[in-house]
Amino acid sequence: MAKAAVSKEYKTVSQIAGPLVFVKKTEPVGYQEMVTVRLSDGSIKRGQVLDTSDEVVVIQIFEGTTGIDRQASVRFLGDTMKMPVSREMLGRVLTGAGEPLDGGARIVPEKELDIVGAAINPWARDSPADFIQTGISTIDGMNTLVRGQKLPIFSGSGLPHNEIALQIARQAKVLGENEEFAVVFIALGITNEEKQMFMKEFERTGALKNAVVFLNLADDPAVERIVTPRLGLTTAEYMAFELGMQVLVIMTDITNYCEALRQVGAAREEVPGRRGYPGYMYTDLAQLYERAGRIKGKKGSITQIPILSMPSDDITHPIPDLSGYITEGQIVLSRELHRNGIYPPVNVSSSLSRLMNSGVGKGKTREDHKAVSDQLYASYAEGKDLRGLVAIVGKDSLSAKDRKFLDFADLFEDRVVRQGIDEDRSIERTLEISWEILKELDIDQLTRIDRKYIEKYLQK
Amino acid sequence: MSTKGVIYRVAGPVVTATGISPRMYDVVHVGKEGLMGEVIKIVGDYSIIQVYEDTSGVKPGEPVTNTGLPLVAELGPGLLTSVYDGIQRPLPVLRDKMGDYIFRGVSAPGLDREKKWDFKPTVKNGDEVEAGQAIGTVKEGSMVHKIMIPPGFKKGKIKNISAGMHTVEDAIAEVDGQEVSMMQKWPVREARPVKEKFQPDIPLITGQRVLDTMFPLAKGGASAIPGAFGTGKTVTQQSLAKYSNAEIVVYIGCGERGNEMTEVLTEFPELVDPTTGESLMNRTVLIANTSNMPVAAREASVYTGITIAEYFRDMGYDVSLMADSTSRWAEAMREISSRLEEMPGEEGFPAYLAGRLSEFYERACRAKALSGEVGSVSVIGAVSPPGGDLSEPVTQNTLRIVRVFWALDTKLRERRHFPAINWLTSYSMYDKQLSDWYKKNVAEDFPMLKAWAMQVLQKESELQEIVQMVGSDSLPDEQKLVLEVAKMIREIFLQQNAYHPIDAYCPANRQYVMLSLIKKYSDLAANALAGGVQVDKIAYLPVRQRFNQAKYEENVDAELEAVSKDMDAQFAGLGA
Repeated sequence: MAKAAVSKEYKTVSQIAGPLVFVKKTEPVGYQEMVTVRLSDGSIKRGQVLDTSDEVVVIQIFEGTTGIDRQASVRFLGDTMKMPVSREMLGRVLTGAGEPLDGGARIVPEKELDIVGAAINPWARDSPADFIQTGISTIDGMNTLVRGQKLPIFSGSGLPHNEIALQIARQAKVLGENEEFAVVFIALGITNEEKQMFMKEFERTGALKNAVVFLNLADDPAVERIVTPRLGLTTAEYMAFELGMQVLVIMTDITNYCEALRQVGAAREEVPGRRGYPGYMYTDLAQLYERAGRIKGKKGSITQIPILSMPSDDITHPIPDLSGYITEGQIVLSRELHRNGIYPPVNVSSSLSRLMNSGVGKGKTREDHKAVSDQLYASYAEGKDLRGLVAIVGKDSLSAKDRKFLDFADLFEDRVVRQGIDEDRSIERTLEISWEILKELDIDQLTRIDRKYIEKYLQK
Repeated sequence: MSTKGVIYRVAGPVVTATGISPRMYDVVHVGKEGLMGEVIKIVGDYSIIQVYEDTSGVKPGEPVTNTGLPLVAELGPGLLTSVYDGIQRPLPVLRDKMGDYIFRGVSAPGLDREKKWDFKPTVKNGDEVEAGQAIGTVKEGSMVHKIMIPPGFKKGKIKNISAGMHTVEDAIAEVDGQEVSMMQKWPVREARPVKEKFQPDIPLITGQRVLDTMFPLAKGGASAIPGAFGTGKTVTQQSLAKYSNAEIVVYIGCGERGNEMTEVLTEFPELVDPTTGESLMNRTVLIANTSNMPVAAREASVYTGITIAEYFRDMGYDVSLMADSTSRWAEAMREISSRLEEMPGEEGFPAYLAGRLSEFYERACRAKALSGEVGSVSVIGAVSPPGGDLSEPVTQNTLRIVRVFWALDTKLRERRHFPAINWLTSYSMYDKQLSDWYKKNVAEDFPMLKAWAMQVLQKESELQEIVQMVGSDSLPDEQKLVLEVAKMIREIFLQQNAYHPIDAYCPANRQYVMLSLIKKYSDLAANALAGGVQVDKIAYLPVRQRFNQAKYEENVDAELEAVSKDMDAQFAGLGA
């Protein structure tokens, strides 16, 4: 944009409120244009235009308005926010604003891309397909993640979702052919302690070499938190659709993101929606989640695992609720399992992967995968129901068959759900373990599995 | 008509302009790139415009042009098989023009201007014609597309009618000095006129047992499917689109998942319509405005969809329109309303939410069109209540208008009971109106049979409360039998596998046969009980297993007959 060169500095700040700065009488300024503000002490803050008219321009300041006074000079940059992207970003750790955090050099961009990604034309989308192995049995075996899918983890405070996120980031891979796989890890509003843990883990396990990490900290300004996922997703889009990689995007914690949305919305004096969250939160979240997918004729894909902690474990809270309407299923963590010392505490009964069927079966994982999963679901549900009954009538009054289901439920939690934090199970291993515990049931209790698979896979 | 002005203010999708003196809902082009928008408020010289595309970078002072026309849908040959966004831009054309992403400032007409269609007149020069009347036909795939005089034309003699290959813009005739082409334009926010609306008394047969038998929808009626996420709204909607006996399907993906639209886009062309042997896509119009596409276009999408549906109704077709989901549409209204800083109503929705919803659902009807043909538009609206809470404003306002309520239930889903439509909370107010049709076309005792089944299910729910307290053993045998029969109704009749090649569609006659077989079992069992046979023996008759499986068999009707014979034989065996 040639215009940027002639941009003037304005010293017409009329009002400062929360993260917003109002500037009077400017030349025409574009909506969402980038802005720099020079403070009287010479320091520079960045912002973006929220509202523009002939009389007044409203600017949202990323770093917060501390120290800005009416003498500050405002410069409009003539362009919307761009993310410099490059293949060299793999292995780098960046701040929530996209600046290097690892002491390395600045990114030399191969391209600069608009961070508000355009919507993929539904006509150009390709159906999600092909299995992504996370090495976690409850996900791979029963809630399979598929390339191009967005599958969130619904957690709660105090549950080990960050450990799971790291484990997935470390272990995730695509099977088969020579595919390039990359992870974009986006941390939103994490504490300094968590940051240390993430950094250490990435270094310890060597997972960093295939990853780009964005870290937005809890004490970074809220406005930046709204930008961070967009920077990460823009990077992911570049790697997936221009470099042809299979990209897995992990975002944690979306709840912090939504809090930032609410905070900024309130500062703008917007009419609030449910529980004070902005009325456009659905659309806003969709603009993040919907950047997952595959495109016809392109090799790469973007798969998302957003992680969110449900305030007071309430799945009907607006954040999990709106997410659930956009994403293709959900993995729900259980406080009960966690208390029983089971890691990862995945509650399979309320978890669901809507796209599982397009990622499993012959040629993708294994022919018996779906049937085994159905059987595990059904038998575990049966066993869990009986637990309720046992609490009332005691174990002795159960029939022999029922007792088998009851034991099965324990076995299932112990063998299939529970696994080590460094234990990377292949899908074959997951199915093997499943068959080992299914062995404990009578053959006529295996109603969901075809005879031919039972004969083939059940080891007597 | 068009006037030029300038932008005064830009705040997200809401732009204020001066100097265009528009009428309400005129379409305007905003900024250097000519982004499409619609005037939604006028304050003095300031016109407030909702823009259908992203406004990043748009500045005050840029030009605004008023087209002087409201948002219209283009109606004519070429609609079928099309895939549009919310403002009727064909998505395949957009992809050719700008690649895999939807960027802004690209326009594409709803109907192909180049393509030629073979017009066959059905009237002659000199014939007197009036608005709405068909003057000829065009073959669009296997469908006959009637070319009608647009509403608003005066009665007159037809001149220069021209058979043969024409584009949609060519003049094919002249009436009263005005040229007629194959394309009509109709403002989407206005219902197309009809001569007379009828009481709906013919059911829309969907092949879904729980819907057709228990909670039927009439042709020209409106129904709502509310349900929390993961309860199977979309699967139900898609089953309806695939199997209902409407001739034309309009499917609106309004603010939903991109990958879900991809599923529809890949599945519909592959689905073969059992009656014509052709792809279902040949009689479908799809509108896909996914959740991340501009919110103002989402708001417009349901209007675009229903206008297209009405156009086909006017030709005398039965049209079913699926809107997935009306909640996203309502949210689009809320978003725009809050940008306008309007006084919010309940939960931040605008106060006119109820009005807009009823205006939309009222466009569903079975009617005699201006042409004299009788057609219908049935509307099936999905509602996505936040947190599955049906007391929220969109669900509540919808329920006040629609007469059929298909309640999807999370508990049923968890039990893997599909379709997860709760038989105790759902209702259809078309029951009485439709019972004559069922008596005449299915069986005289069909309404009775259905009432019996509902009673059994109701009784079951009462008994379940007792069972939960004291266990089923303490019930008398007659009541245990009720539980057994209710279980059969649930498992054999109400559960239906949308993915099974045989079971996915169940014709009305077979529904009747299945339900009467359950009744027969119940009657025989009651007899046997009276004769002193224990209920356990009845419950474990081998015929139960066969009956369970019958709906999945290739030769299902023969199998059901066999079940009936087995039943006779096995109960006779008990009595002995």
